[in-house]
Amino acid sequence: MLTILFDGIAYGMLLFVLACGLAVTLGLMNFVNLAHGAFAMAGGYVTAVLMNRIGVPFLATLPLAFIVPAILGLVLERTLYKRLYTRSHLDQVLFSIGLVFMAVAAVDYSFGSQQQLIQLPTWLQGRIDILGVQVGLYRSFIIVICGALVVALQLILTKTRFGSRLRAAVDDPRVARGLGINVSLIFATTFAFGSGLAGLGGALGAEILGLDPTFPLKFMIYFLIVVTVGGTTSITGPFLASLLLGIADVAGKYYVPSVGAFVIYTLMIVVLVLRPQGLFERAR
Amino acid sequence: MSTNVADYVRTTLVRRGRWGIGEIVFWLIAAATLYFLPERHLILNEIAIIGLFALSLDLILGYAGIVSLGHAAFFGLGAYTAGILARDGIADPLLGLGAAAIAAAILGFVTSFLVLRGSDLTKLMVTLGVALVLGEIANQASWLTGGADGLQGITMGPILGLFEFDIFGTTAYAYSLTVTFLLFIVARRIVVSPYGLSLRSIRDNPLKARAVGIPVNHRLVAVYTLAAAYAGVAGALLAQTTQFVSLDVLAFHRSADVMLVLVIGGVGYLYGGLIGAIVFKVLQDVISAWTPQYWQFWIGLILVIIVLVGRERLTERVRVLWKGAAGRTAKSPETLQKTSAREV
Repeated sequence: MLTILFDGIAYGMLLFVLACGLAVTLGLMNFVNLAHGAFAMAGGYVTAVLMNRIGVPFLATLPLAFIVPAILGLVLERTLYKRLYTRSHLDQVLFSIGLVFMAVAAVDYSFGSQQQLIQLPTWLQGRIDILGVQVGLYRSFIIVICGALVVALQLILTKTRFGSRLRAAVDDPRVARGLGINVSLIFATTFAFGSGLAGLGGALGAEILGLDPTFPLKFMIYFLIVVTVGGTTSITGPFLASLLLGIADVAGKYYVPSVGAFVIYTLMIVVLVLRPQGLFERAR
Repeated sequence: MSTNVADYVRTTLVRRGRWGIGEIVFWLIAAATLYFLPERHLILNEIAIIGLFALSLDLILGYAGIVSLGHAAFFGLGAYTAGILARDGIADPLLGLGAAAIAAAILGFVTSFLVLRGSDLTKLMVTLGVALVLGEIANQASWLTGGADGLQGITMGPILGLFEFDIFGTTAYAYSLTVTFLLFIVARRIVVSPYGLSLRSIRDNPLKARAVGIPVNHRLVAVYTLAAAYAGVAGALLAQTTQFVSLDVLAFHRSADVMLVLVIGGVGYLYGGLIGAIVFKVLQDVISAWTPQYWQFWIGLILVIIVLVGRERLTERVRVLWKGAAGRTAKSPETLQKTSAREV
């Protein structure tokens, strides 16, 4: 029971790191980016390729799993995404689906369609017994890293100058621009950062979520659930939503495997119909 | 004054409702392929079905402005309804078609209340969620649907008791084309009616539409139900003519593909879905003959380019050409597609 809760929390934290970049994209520029998972996949493949082909240790690949998708995100944002901010949601959806298709096929072409397996270092394998609860070492590692990231993000958002600018821009981009805040620079930075975080999440999650070319399609719905249920104006909303989703998903798969993902989708529809603005937000 | 306006609207609608020469040529060519392209009937059959499916998406997206990423839900429900009926001994195709339409319409009616609220993103997520839930159900209820193995053992009876399905797909194509044509006529009649006009005003400005007294929610529920029934029929056609149904009919990529088809052909006019289906299928055929595994990449690239170049601009130009063709010179639709392809 507690083990499931623990696994669920690890899963949820992972989802949060994967999806929080999307929350910013959606909240800041009202851009529906279905291609967010492609950046996560990029991070996962960076780690897998570095470890399996060059033999870089797992931990050393993580910074690169952050940096490569971040640069990719920055380039794509500056060249393509920024042209579409003012377009309709339909255009944005079509564009990002197109990107997903391209990413899936391109990865399939370069690395093959099989699952990428990564060999965790021995000190992260296995389980230990804490107060009678079986605790996976790797999952504890994920919780520690993601927990630290959450705290860091929250501090950046609430305590730094950049954070207050970002919040101002999310609240009302026009007024923020009028006050002399360079909204497009802020957006490029956060987009790159969000993509980087997704990449890191993809690398960390390669062991738990699996990693193959269809990754962006498989997890797109999860990211969207996190964002739509959690709302986009704070970091706590998506965080709570991902924890809920993670725990519900793991528990659901364990206790009622025949029902499967059914419960989560139904819950999502119910939440969206009753509270279209998100579960943890005030109605505007 | 008000009678003047009413007269004006009436005459405009009547004028719009008239069949242009281009349209007639389009359907004549479609009918002619029955005789002149016998070896291509299998793919033509798919084109007709996808065209019908895209037409149904156009009804809600192009005419009513509802963004849907889960239209495959209705397609899949129709396919499974027709498939299960045929497997369990009710082999009459038209009966299966009707049952599929009714089942999909009921699902459409029930879920339409979910898409009345919220922003585009909410609608997107809700429609996607409905399709995913249906996919899960089909996957889990394997006693009914065959689960991941697909629904096997479908045997169809002859259409109207007269026409047997053959292995070359000729009967199948004639059947699909006829159904698509008939439903197209109905849809065409609907969009040039005052009801269709009210849908367009809802799409362009829901607030204003409400203010001038259009019952927005009723209209949206009605068109969503209708579109669902159309998609159900398209699914049923696929199930009956291929005599196989798999979970694939409910998959996400089907919803995405149909949106792509519609976008290629142009959103907001009825031929968009049909032309898009032709271009999409031919492209898919050519590209997958060239790189069987990676054709998705090129489809994605086309999508990205279409959006970056500007969807409206492309379709607007095609539409102007179309009007010119229909009005004066009566060019065949084939030349129109080439024009649009070059501009892509």
